[in-house]
Amino acid sequence: MKRDYAKEILAGSPQAVARLISWLEDEDERAYSIMEELYPHTGRAYVIGITGSPGAGKSTLTDKLIRIMRKGGLTVGVVAVDPSSPFTGGALLGDRIRMSDHSTDPEVYIRSMATRGFLGGMAKATCDVVKVLDAFGKDIIIIETVGVGQDEVDIVGLADTTCVVLVPGLGDVIQSMKAGVMEIADVYVVNKADRDGADQLNMEVNARIEQDIHIKMSGWVPPVNKTIAVDNVGMQDLWESILKHRAFLEESGRLVEKRRKQTYQETLRMIHNELFRLIRDQLSEDGRLDRLVEEILERKRDPYSTMREILSEWLDSTPKYKEAL
Amino acid sequence: MAKKIKIIVAKPGLDGHDRGAKLLARIFAEEGMEVVYTGLRQTPEMIVAAAEQEDADVVGLSSLSGVHNYFFPRVVELLKDKGLNDVLVVGGGIIPVEDYDFLQKSGVKAIFGPGTPTMEIVNFIKSNARAR
Repeated sequence: MKRDYAKEILAGSPQAVARLISWLEDEDERAYSIMEELYPHTGRAYVIGITGSPGAGKSTLTDKLIRIMRKGGLTVGVVAVDPSSPFTGGALLGDRIRMSDHSTDPEVYIRSMATRGFLGGMAKATCDVVKVLDAFGKDIIIIETVGVGQDEVDIVGLADTTCVVLVPGLGDVIQSMKAGVMEIADVYVVNKADRDGADQLNMEVNARIEQDIHIKMSGWVPPVNKTIAVDNVGMQDLWESILKHRAFLEESGRLVEKRRKQTYQETLRMIHNELFRLIRDQLSEDGRLDRLVEEILERKRDPYSTMREILSEWLDSTPKYKEAL
Repeated sequence: MAKKIKIIVAKPGLDGHDRGAKLLARIFAEEGMEVVYTGLRQTPEMIVAAAEQEDADVVGLSSLSGVHNYFFPRVVELLKDKGLNDVLVVGGGIIPVEDYDFLQKSGVKAIFGPGTPTMEIVNFIKSNARAR
């Protein structure tokens, strides 16, 4: 008998969740009909993003946040992303190490994901995995991004509250003035606050916030929380900052607005991905793509007119692809 | 997107010697696998919960301190209890050859002792991991 994964997930089966997530990562066709069934059951969970440079303490912070949430009776899903090797495609996923305390708690579901070449700080399927954990009934979903540099900011398109984790000693004041990751925080965390330079960093971040015109207009001033996650210091205050931001989003109507924007982006992205996949698969099937590449390399043709040619062909033959959907 | 082998590398018990486990974790990653390293001092319950949540195809156990005859079969047993019968369990470390037979009978599919060429381990995993 065919297994009804959607039903199993809604009934609370971690194994059905685990398998569906693998299929989503593999872009396995079996995943999509299940996702269609789960979608009406999503939208309940609150999504928290934790981002910051490698070694900033994201996993440890996540571990300590889970502890507070569980004490408050909340159930938690965690998506922890680590990078895939650009050379071998393999990955070493080490985020669970810090979260060992929760590994046998049935109300905490932790899933490691490799980026598989996807940029922006997350894996391609991360947004789908969040929906699965949402439908699975988790109250809070934490997304821990890969260790990011300056420009991996996709997390804002997925999290309701984004926490940017900073640590002392990574650069001068100019670093904190730059665009990118430094701009996306709803809540700042200065972790490892017992280290030299923590007060300086704290001051710089506060100065940035004061000078930021965009923040002034938004109605929300991101709090800066000092923590020493490994010793469980400052964690309760951090959690309260997150709750305050949530209350702000809900009371001001921004949450609805934020999710409208996310859904807009996501719908476009899904159409884009699927169109791309269809055309890529068709072009690769009979080696035509390789031949085109050779011709382009030899300057017998150019990529611009090739793109137009392929699109126009594809548009002419679309009824053929309708069946594949 | 090609399917990748997902493997949990774990150190059960109180044994703190993880050099071998870490080295193998790196080698598996270099061979294109997605490796979840759980860290030290794992109970069988923790290892099996990780395998379940991660949808792991393989669980690799490492032991030095002589606790393999309890921990390895216990992991196999807990996996079976959860219905995860198709997860490949392999082990390695300092394990007397006399124990191999017992461990294999209790469901550990292969034991790799010191000096095993790493590619032998990789190849065994690649040819015995399940499809999903």
